[in-house]
Amino acid sequence: MNQRPFAITLDVGSSRSNHTGSWRVERPNYVNRLPPCNNACPAGENIQGWLYEAESGDYEAAWRTLVEENPFPAIMGRICFHPCESACNRVQVDEAVGINAVERFLGDYALEHGLRLPDAGPATGKRVLVVGAGPAGLSAAYHLRRQGHHVRLVDSSAQLGGMMRYGIPAYRLPRAVLDAEIQRVIDMGVEVMLNHNVDDIEIERESGRFDAIFLAVGAQLGKRVNIPAGDSARILDAVSFLHEVADENPPLLGRRVVIYGGGDTAMDAARTARRLGATEAVVVYRRNQEKMPAHVEEYEQALGEGVTMRWLSTINKVDADKIVIEKMRLNAEGFPEATGEYEELGTDAVVLALGQDTDLSLLARASDIEVNDGSVQVAENLMTNGRGIFAGGDAVPAERTATVAVGHGKKAARGIDAYVRGATPEPVAKHALAEFATLNTWYYSDAERTQRPELEKVRRQDNFEEVVLGLTERNALFEARRCMSCGNCFECDNCFGVCPDNAVLKFSDGTYEFNLDYCKGCGICAHECPCGAIEMVPERI
Amino acid sequence: MTKRPVRFYQVGSFAVGNRLLSDEERTVQSDPDRTNSIDSGHRACQGCGEALGARYALDAAMRATNNQLVAVNATGCLEVFSTPYPETSWRIPWLHSLFGNAPAVATGVAAALRVKGQSEVRVVSQGGDGGTVDIGFGCLSGMFERNDDVLYICYDNEGYMNTGVQRSGATPPAARTATTDVVGPQPGNTFGQGKDLPRIAMAHDVAYVATATVADLHDLEAKVERAMAFRGARYLHVLVPCPLGWGSAANETIHVARLAKETGMFPVFEAEYGVVTSVSKIRHQTPVEEYLKLQKRFAHLFGKNPRPEIVAHLQELANRNIARYGLIDREETPAARHASTSEEPA
Repeated sequence: MNQRPFAITLDVGSSRSNHTGSWRVERPNYVNRLPPCNNACPAGENIQGWLYEAESGDYEAAWRTLVEENPFPAIMGRICFHPCESACNRVQVDEAVGINAVERFLGDYALEHGLRLPDAGPATGKRVLVVGAGPAGLSAAYHLRRQGHHVRLVDSSAQLGGMMRYGIPAYRLPRAVLDAEIQRVIDMGVEVMLNHNVDDIEIERESGRFDAIFLAVGAQLGKRVNIPAGDSARILDAVSFLHEVADENPPLLGRRVVIYGGGDTAMDAARTARRLGATEAVVVYRRNQEKMPAHVEEYEQALGEGVTMRWLSTINKVDADKIVIEKMRLNAEGFPEATGEYEELGTDAVVLALGQDTDLSLLARASDIEVNDGSVQVAENLMTNGRGIFAGGDAVPAERTATVAVGHGKKAARGIDAYVRGATPEPVAKHALAEFATLNTWYYSDAERTQRPELEKVRRQDNFEEVVLGLTERNALFEARRCMSCGNCFECDNCFGVCPDNAVLKFSDGTYEFNLDYCKGCGICAHECPCGAIEMVPERI
Repeated sequence: MTKRPVRFYQVGSFAVGNRLLSDEERTVQSDPDRTNSIDSGHRACQGCGEALGARYALDAAMRATNNQLVAVNATGCLEVFSTPYPETSWRIPWLHSLFGNAPAVATGVAAALRVKGQSEVRVVSQGGDGGTVDIGFGCLSGMFERNDDVLYICYDNEGYMNTGVQRSGATPPAARTATTDVVGPQPGNTFGQGKDLPRIAMAHDVAYVATATVADLHDLEAKVERAMAFRGARYLHVLVPCPLGWGSAANETIHVARLAKETGMFPVFEAEYGVVTSVSKIRHQTPVEEYLKLQKRFAHLFGKNPRPEIVAHLQELANRNIARYGLIDREETPAARHASTSEEPA
């Protein structure tokens, strides 16, 4: 006897027996793409990674992710020219994420809460000499200590920090911040020798029985040019000038100061001169604003502080109380040409900020090291032709910024680590770039960038108080949350929500998986992924 | 649009979920334990908007009713792809009878539950636009008039897609279907015909009428929840793009729905007792071309022999929607402000 209801001849079943995954010609794949900020960071920071931690308010975790690559967030958050922000995909939505401001917030947070860097690694018995205690040398010391190598850090100056101390004025980088972040690295067990001149690198190596050397001697010599000058003309170079100011022994400049050059050092010198009491600080530069190498923030702040600019001008003669300027024009190739028009400008002192050279006298006996155009030539891993001698920072051909130097320190440490262990350094595989076109920015809220407050201009005139101030916690959190997490999943549940076939599985640990039994390969998940962390790949049929 | 506070969690409130939101603030769809009213293995096309819309709406209704829900289904894609005998994708009590009688069947289910004293069990009736605006329209109008305690949900894909893409009363003007070929001076579907069912529903003065799209999940879920707060007849009209019938890419289903709203082609609003109470403002106003070009059913308006005057006509219809529902804040568009000086302030 049929027990089924009327007209029902088959057992009712679930559609789950129908594996619609067989329809698929493309399958979705979760991917990690390289965010443009990470790609642009000279120090190789995982910016998207630490912003992700900061977004949840876990600032310590964010800081720990950050210092994996760079031990100086409070310093970087003040002096880095943040190429990450120029590369930020959010520029194409509204404005770049204020990465630098958040980095500073995290750096200050760590100092305030006394967070310590990771412990040094287990001792390897290998000895490394680091010459120069600037950003490159300190960064190398940090990474080498983490790898467990003994580090001796030597510097000819009386204090640590290199150009971060002797080149960057205190109104951009307060000394308390600089000292605290450097001390944290030294506390990892770095042997420090200050006021120590290395005259001959080979003697130094033999006497200290070093397995490897990192040369991070910087570029400390101000370039001079031949300008006809009267006997009582007062001419200084910007590097020495800033060094003396940092040593709290500022030279007397007079009331009217001319700064010759158009780079960041020129801006620093001009702003410093204003603070020392110069009523006029005039920057004379042979090209125009467009061609000026100084970063725009520095330039704008200098203007705001009363520094004036003389574009398209060269100095032809310096006398005791005036200089002669020749006007220039740019030719078709953009190079300045003399016009033959002259002008006098009253001035009490001229500061030359025309670039810097590296003092490489310590390499006199290391003849196998190739030096080109005043720079030490290095391979991809920053090793010179000299046995076990690596070089980085301003002494090698690269952009001369503190952040580049920090990146060199890390890279050299990696190279040295491989060298002393007798291994070949493994090339770090890079993910494909997370291009703007891979994002679906509809899902990001409209949120404009938070501006950092600045010290009022009248309060900057006669002191070295910090000019750019930090973000509050609330602002920093907001700014971190503006990150679009380009190329990396941030658990927004979109793929899980938008699948018409329920073929995305969500697990409690914040991960997802495609259920290929039912995924028809429509690609909605990939299209609607805000951050481009899903790709569609053809099935092999 | 149902109001919700603007919270900024990296992606604000536009994504399905977010790790930084508390559980109460997340959507039903972000919940790993959501009902999945319509299960995997259904036979809807790749990128089907209707399968998505139905799961969104019914999962939200399940949560709003504490899982005390019966769904009645008209004939159509949704019924055919979910329940080819003897299999079914439905994980909720579900009933299908005929193409045209879903509202009447739902009325009966509601009456039976009332007789049995099970007033906590709620009834949803659902169908495509063909079953709703054309074939089942008489039954639906009767359900509204009697104010039966049913939420009727129309998944509008603008045509009879299951039977081979024929024109329905919800097909937009100029669209190509199997029965509105692109020949003659006015190719595709005729201008000035068709029915605007949300407004017809409002004319019945029922408690709640709303429109939504599969592109804004938060809005859709909030409207289902709001609808379930009323007793009596209610109507929800959800735009669900059909990759097959519209000739759009399977992966652009949500994108197309979003543009339908952002161009003004499909106004998203809600109304109570015949009066519009809120609208989803256009966030980034987009010309209708951007919407039309993604769909092959409008391909004859572009290409070698473009028909800009027809596109302009469609833009006029979108502009009429924008003006009628106030989809753009006036202070943001000086031209609109100038044009509307004679109207009374909103």
